[in-house]
Amino acid sequence: MAIEVRIPTILRNYTDGAKSVEGSGATLDELLADLEARHGGLRGRLVDDAGLRRFVNVYLNDEDVRFLGGLQTPVSDGDTVTVLPAVAGGSGAWAAAGRGPAA
Amino acid sequence: MRYDSLLDSVGRTPLVGLPRLSPSRDVRLWAKLEDRNPTGSVKDRAAFFMVEQAEKDGLLAPGCMILEPTSGNTGISLAMVAKLRGYRMTCVMPENTSSERRQLLEMFGAQIISSPAAGGSNEAVRVARQLAAEHPDWVMLYQYGNEANARAHYETTGPELLADLPGITHFVAGLGTTGTLMGVGRFLREHRPGVQIVAAEPRYGELVYGLRNIDEGFVPELYDASVLSTRFSVASTDALRRTRELLAAEGIFAGISSGGALHAALAMAGKAVAAGQQADIALVIADGGWKYLSTGAYGGTLSEAEARLEGQLWA
Repeated sequence: MAIEVRIPTILRNYTDGAKSVEGSGATLDELLADLEARHGGLRGRLVDDAGLRRFVNVYLNDEDVRFLGGLQTPVSDGDTVTVLPAVAGGSGAWAAAGRGPAA
Repeated sequence: MRYDSLLDSVGRTPLVGLPRLSPSRDVRLWAKLEDRNPTGSVKDRAAFFMVEQAEKDGLLAPGCMILEPTSGNTGISLAMVAKLRGYRMTCVMPENTSSERRQLLEMFGAQIISSPAAGGSNEAVRVARQLAAEHPDWVMLYQYGNEANARAHYETTGPELLADLPGITHFVAGLGTTGTLMGVGRFLREHRPGVQIVAAEPRYGELVYGLRNIDEGFVPELYDASVLSTRFSVASTDALRRTRELLAAEGIFAGISSGGALHAALAMAGKAVAAGQQADIALVIADGGWKYLSTGAYGGTLSEAEARLEGQLWA
């Protein structure tokens, strides 16, 4: 088993159009590094020096990782990670605007 | 129970156990049936408090026009309160909300102004602000930033929950104006240290969000992330599936956002089971399913219903 990562339309140019890809790692950070090996450029769209980019949301089994452990959130086989751009009413802007746990 | 008038009967809704959906005797789910309010949704609480506060502040005089951006429930609640208190009402709502909502609003005498579907509630807010600027005599109560919205839940929903479920460990509700989560969340945090406040946010398909610029995100002024413990993003398919489970397992005919709350509640329940912890998880049934029948959410297979729901707002 692996970890399924769902990719939004806007980032599918990094995955040859695939809606979801698989990867492995013990944390979200390791998972993204693993994906980068096969899908070069993807990680840079999600992460910058400060952590998760402001207008990107990442969910582990539908739960916002900003409220879990950010990039250090533990992940395991069978989990589903969903990447979403923070759109209108979306929560990237909420996370950026609020005082919630930072990634 | 006897009340002097309909408005006096807002709140004091039942909290019912969900024995078939609860994973164990130690991890239990409870549903706060907010559809048992006068117009059938949790929004009656906020509407009543916001109008009362505006009256106290001297903002409303008989015959005044109340203006509100709303995808439905708040508008219906405000239209009812406005009718009983002698005000007029104009709602700005996205054109892709269900026809039942429009019919109800019209029955209560509200005027409806449609905003483009593509922008969802954000666009409705923008249009309403524009109208408010053009009509300085209209009163926009503005549920997204009105402290009386959150206070309604701080003063009523929160205390009701604590009285009915003194051992409450989790509170789960949909995230819209954030009024319910902020008000109940603050109250419970003051009285139940360690309680978890869990938001369930609707995740719409790209048809709703379209190709909007990502930095146009709108955050309600009421929102304070520090009140929340965690936040879930619930896809339409999961919200639909859980809405059907509520009916099939527990006999509760709920609106689709309640399915979203159940989805998040079950995730928290699963974590409690895995950690071997006891949990009493209360979730909000924000409204009944009646207003969503025309969306096709309840008929046919799940994927058929999901296809019909694509492009529609369900919370």
